Amino acid sequence: MGKTRVARTGNEAMAEAIRQINPDVVAAYPITPATEVMQIFATYVADGLVDTELVPTESEHSAMSAAIGAQVAGARTMTATSSQGLALMYEMLYIAAGLRLPLIMAEVNRALSAPINIHCDHGDTMGGRDAGWIQIFSENSQEAYDNLIQAVRIAEHSDVLLPIMVTTDGFIISHAMEDIDIYSDGEVRDFIGTYKPLQPALDYKKPITVGSIDFVDYYFEHRRALAQAMSNAKNAILEVGREFGSKFGQEYGFYEAYKLDDAEVAMVCLGSTAGTGKDAVDNLRKRGIKAGLLKVRVFRPFPAEELAARLKDVPQICVLDRSDALAATGGPLYAELLAAMFEDRADHTVINRIYGLGGRDIKVGEIEELLSSQVSAAAGGKSIDRIGYLGVRE
Amino acid sequence: MSNLKQLATRQAPLCGGHRACAGCSAPDVVRQVLMASADPVVVGSATGCLEVSTTIFPYSAWNVPFVHSAFENAGASVSGMEAAYKSLKKQGKIGDEKINFVAFGGDGGTYDIGFQSLSGAMERGHNMMYVCYDNGAYMNTGIQRSSATPRGAMTTTSPVGKVIQGKQQQRKDLTACMVAHEIPYVAQTTPAHWRDLNAKVEYAFSIEGPKFMNVLAPCRLGWGYPMELTMDMCRLAADTCFWPLYEVVEGQYKLTYTPKEKKPVEDFLKPQTRFRHLFRPENEHVIAEIQQEVDRKWERLQKLCTL
Repeated sequence: MGKTRVARTGNEAMAEAIRQINPDVVAAYPITPATEVMQIFATYVADGLVDTELVPTESEHSAMSAAIGAQVAGARTMTATSSQGLALMYEMLYIAAGLRLPLIMAEVNRALSAPINIHCDHGDTMGGRDAGWIQIFSENSQEAYDNLIQAVRIAEHSDVLLPIMVTTDGFIISHAMEDIDIYSDGEVRDFIGTYKPLQPALDYKKPITVGSIDFVDYYFEHRRALAQAMSNAKNAILEVGREFGSKFGQEYGFYEAYKLDDAEVAMVCLGSTAGTGKDAVDNLRKRGIKAGLLKVRVFRPFPAEELAARLKDVPQICVLDRSDALAATGGPLYAELLAAMFEDRADHTVINRIYGLGGRDIKVGEIEELLSSQVSAAAGGKSIDRIGYLGVRE
Repeated sequence: MSNLKQLATRQAPLCGGHRACAGCSAPDVVRQVLMASADPVVVGSATGCLEVSTTIFPYSAWNVPFVHSAFENAGASVSGMEAAYKSLKKQGKIGDEKINFVAFGGDGGTYDIGFQSLSGAMERGHNMMYVCYDNGAYMNTGIQRSSATPRGAMTTTSPVGKVIQGKQQQRKDLTACMVAHEIPYVAQTTPAHWRDLNAKVEYAFSIEGPKFMNVLAPCRLGWGYPMELTMDMCRLAADTCFWPLYEVVEGQYKLTYTPKEKKPVEDFLKPQTRFRHLFRPENEHVIAEIQQEVDRKWERLQKLCTL
């Protein structure tokens, strides 16, 4: 297996994956911080390095609409966006899923307006969490690259046929350079295989009607089938993650557990904060606090049973959400994880801290302080706020 | 152009049994446009009457590939299909038979909510035809005014009240907007002028690049005329010069129909209940304004045709 060690930003890593995937069509519109993905990819198109037809649309709504048209026609299709761009696509995200199209998106997490802000949080991706897209978060450039390659196989899996977004954290990952392993074009192409659309609309000899109107007699069945596809995606994600591991070395599942086995306190998070959290865990362990970390890689489908099982024996849990559901009940990761853990009836204290909105930095020391104070509160029998905010001026 | 006998032998791209109203002109527009293609077609559509009345699951009235995804994106959606065709053909993943890509949208989906998507698709130069079936209001949701609704028309959002009576604004000239895009082909016609429509579509399919057709599509429910008069309404629109038939090829204007005698616009307005209130004495000035506007645009068009 041919690996090359190179320095790449998150955006460069994603653009490289898209070049290797060599999609038939890419439709996109510029938006910070995802712009660069398409900028780099456009140079590949201009230099004839890919077979892709690039459709540079006049809006993200049209980018997703053109992508849907292309995928319906029978083309393997990709796009990239962030923030307001993803928000402008929301209507079409639901339709891409409802039409069961395995579209692939590179999504660079960025805060939503207002106030306008170009930096990282997960509010944009969370806004699309019930749209029927598989959502995979990446901790770093390597994962962004690996996840995008796996995304093709997961989305196109015959039990799934759902659109997928692979996310990185805006600027923190998208614009930060790291050493990553790039695999050879041939191996990536062997891994993803060729796209064989079931019923391409371009096959005029077998004309199909796409996007029919359902009344009360069929809509529910179609949505039920969609829900089943999302459940089926769990097996596909594991299957593809294992195969990726056997081929390229790094296996992927629903989550990554770090020093969790004997942990008395664990933080749970998505994306790049896991890197910061691992340092905090190491420091806490040096101080004698048995800390651990659970990085959730797959948010949709939500691996509820698996996450709950992995956290079953951890008494103190702190869920860090980089978005606020504005529901007066904490962040989305917290709400879903809490629901998942309800069944185990174990004696946990699960708290939630919303942090890092609009790119507010989260520091190793802050996480250490947070986890150690949770441990001392528990030891001293003191109560602790279940839901709160970290790193904000109140 | 094909003669009637030739056209009659082609398989109908849209079969009967759909749920469009009796007297609806939209299916006529679709049949005439698609039957003018000697090559296979792939169709995209905006949400609207046409789409909901022809695709009630598990049935479909379409004998050709038909793709609908949303209301405001027929331009973008078909541009994506055309890009897929180009890419797959170039890579040898599909055969190299010519396919004509056609987008259909009503005036709501074209003049209003889908205007940007249409503009973008035309500017990018996709080899596709966009056909607006213009019935002059949001008929699918129950006759609300659009930017294509003519001055004075009563709709459910421009009702006839005690103070305000019907739509206050003149309609947007979308055909002119599309001419301003400087695309290879722009035309305006009606399904009653089937030779004209057929000739325009056949020509448009013979050239590369983006094409736009604005086709008047009377709606008996929204306009309020007896259902058997649909084609008469088209003829009256053309004979009063309310809806001139013309084409613009590479920027050159050409009238394709000149009425022997230009009829007063009242002849077009009178049979339609949406204009009934205009015939009250206090509203005579509105009819005069409409006539003035028709005259102004007709004269301008004639001048453009001499350039």
